[in-house]
Amino acid sequence: MGQIVQYIESYLSSNQTPGAAGNMFWSLVYIMLVFAGLSVAVIAMNWLERKILAHMQVRLGPMRVGPHGLLQPIADAIKLLLKEDIMPAEADGLIFWIAPFVVVLAAFTVFVVVPFGPTHAITDMNIGILFMLGVSSLSVLGIVMAGWASNSHYPLMGALRSSAQMVSYEVAMGLAVVSAVLMTSLNAEGTGTLSMIGIVQAQQAQGEWFIFKFFPLGLIAFFIFAVAMVAETNRAPFDLAEAESELTAGFHTEYSGFRWSLFFLAEYSAMIAVSSIAVTLWLGGWLRPFPNLLNGSPWDQIFSYFPGVTFLLFAAMCFYNTVRMPKHPLFRIQTIGLAGFGVVLGLIGLILFVPAVSMRVQDIFWFSAKVAGFMYLYIWYRGTFPRYRFDQLMQMGWKVLLPMGLGVLILTASVALLQQKIWHP
Amino acid sequence: MTDPNTLTHLDLETPEKPFLDANELVINMGPQHPATHGVLRVILRLDGEKVLGLECVIGYLHRGVEKIGEHRTYTMFNPYVDRMDYVAAVSNGLGYCETVEKLLNVEAPPRAQHVRVILTELNRIASHQLWLGTHALDIGAITPLFYTFRDREEILKIYEKYCGARLTTHAFRIGGLQYETYTGFEKEVKNFLDFFRPKIDEYEELLTTNRIWVERTKNVGTISARDCIALGVTGPVLRASGVKWDLRKAQPYANYKNFDFDIPTGQNGDTYDRYLVRMAEMRQSVRIIEQAVDALPEGPIMAKVPKVMKPAGGEVYHSIEAPKGELGYFIVSDGSTQPYRVRVRPPSFVNLQALDVMCRGQLVADVIAVIGTLDIVLGEVDR
Repeated sequence: MGQIVQYIESYLSSNQTPGAAGNMFWSLVYIMLVFAGLSVAVIAMNWLERKILAHMQVRLGPMRVGPHGLLQPIADAIKLLLKEDIMPAEADGLIFWIAPFVVVLAAFTVFVVVPFGPTHAITDMNIGILFMLGVSSLSVLGIVMAGWASNSHYPLMGALRSSAQMVSYEVAMGLAVVSAVLMTSLNAEGTGTLSMIGIVQAQQAQGEWFIFKFFPLGLIAFFIFAVAMVAETNRAPFDLAEAESELTAGFHTEYSGFRWSLFFLAEYSAMIAVSSIAVTLWLGGWLRPFPNLLNGSPWDQIFSYFPGVTFLLFAAMCFYNTVRMPKHPLFRIQTIGLAGFGVVLGLIGLILFVPAVSMRVQDIFWFSAKVAGFMYLYIWYRGTFPRYRFDQLMQMGWKVLLPMGLGVLILTASVALLQQKIWHP
Repeated sequence: MTDPNTLTHLDLETPEKPFLDANELVINMGPQHPATHGVLRVILRLDGEKVLGLECVIGYLHRGVEKIGEHRTYTMFNPYVDRMDYVAAVSNGLGYCETVEKLLNVEAPPRAQHVRVILTELNRIASHQLWLGTHALDIGAITPLFYTFRDREEILKIYEKYCGARLTTHAFRIGGLQYETYTGFEKEVKNFLDFFRPKIDEYEELLTTNRIWVERTKNVGTISARDCIALGVTGPVLRASGVKWDLRKAQPYANYKNFDFDIPTGQNGDTYDRYLVRMAEMRQSVRIIEQAVDALPEGPIMAKVPKVMKPAGGEVYHSIEAPKGELGYFIVSDGSTQPYRVRVRPPSFVNLQALDVMCRGQLVADVIAVIGTLDIVLGEVDR
């Protein structure tokens, strides 16, 4: 017992991530927390995507399973788990079996270095961003394996498209990332960092998010990354690899049930992962908005209320909709359920007002809020844009984004050099 | 784009390469495929993603409509034609009724003619709305589908109030109309027009200047005017290639000659032009309906036709401009109560022939776009 208390104390007093401090127990706890948090996020994202897309398209979306379809993702998960796992007779069994796990592994492993706060990460690697880009690119291997092992035409074409797409966009994406990493070296020592936590701390030290740095250079680099990351995750308008109207379902045409759901899980966690990179590199990671304009302790106090207020707003939405529920006896359970959900959200909101909690949690809150913004963008794209064609996508990658990325990199380097040598020697 | 008349890839002389080649990838698209608009089966010969050629396999929805016609009286066959192009059932009915009227040598009274024009043009709008939604869905824009279906509903409500049915309406009878228009018909149609005009802008806002949409449709599935004529392609596809051919003007039927409207045409004969032509056609239909409602005359709605129709022996061909192109009926009468032969010239079936010409050398994604832009309904292709 005493040892456990000691462990907890050692964590609370630490200013390092558990992995970097070599604290195995807390690392394990963090891995569990991140895994659980991601699964919940994917489930929530599933519901939100349907609802938001539905409201964009003048329809209601899921309304039957639970109040406002809140339990729909759970019903879907149960359905997928109970479905028969079909493997085509002609498929290459072993590779067909491994492929979804490769994709899931690649999508989840990147979260090892995602910094939810200065100490809230599983570990802090000094090559963090490199690790993230490298591991997240591995998912294409799983997609190609799935497409090839299915031994069927549509998945094969989907896999080929996917690999071509990755090759076209990784380069531009890498160049944009390099230009952001370059900005971290603008300090007295002139030493940059590849560590995810270091990058955010550099933004904190310079008092400026990198999206606004050397305006508009940071913005252009961010834009390149924002386009490339949609292509990287195979989402609309770059969802060629699983273009429903062309290739039925692309690389996962032959998959069903649990294995299919792994692809689904991987797709959504990959979306969250690349959004985390974008948030970390350009949008100041866990930093709260307007650190340079609205600074000082009263503002810190006000911003620390945000997590609680957000949850109270969610609770208020629940209560508002509880009142609007039909008064028919058939809806009684749903009404009670929605009110209960609101109560839970409200309680979480109240707990978040406790200073000791809010101090520790607001980093995570700001990070998640920024990532959520990107998730909304993904849904918005899907509701708005038609799909690019294969050759047009390649053209955009090689002929537009790559030169742009190179230009931004050279300009950023030049401006940084000028600033250090001439303007502020 | 060059002059469409000089542009041709219709080459029926060169022998086909052997169908199965080691370097070719043969893919079966359909009959169960999300983008083939029903049960069309396309056998694609691919070189990677490039289409070398394709072959359509049809007949999965064959119901023998023409043969059924030989065993039904003229009146009894009338509802069957609605089931061919089920998204433009009213146009099918108009074509059939006018053909039999021509055979019987009767003419529908002016009021009936006006109501027919109103309902047919409403149907043209409904058909184009459905085309737009599904075409955009095929290209990957999922949202326009819901907007078009939301607005199409208003047209279907008018049909429902007029004749009780929404889709296969059986709205017209040989010699005129069965039902007088309901109270407030004119007002409701006008309300719809006022409601619909800004909606066309709403659709266009999502697509017309959308960079991805333009890139996906410009220079895709190009077909020259000469090829169109050689293949018998009609309707918006022909007009988008620059031929000003519309049966409503070329050989006026019903009383289209009384109305003032333009024939929108394109120049390049590509998918984007066909999109623009159809959008313009919706606006023209609004114009026609407006004039027809304003000038709706009073009077009888049914001409004098015998209870038992026994047209004199002979044959007649009559065609109308259906939303998808020339819809023709060829009826042979042997003087009995049943037609000796009914032959339908469906626009979808004839237009589908152009698929191969339009897709050669394009990519797989373009095949989907071209199938969508041809606006085929498999019920009409297979009959």
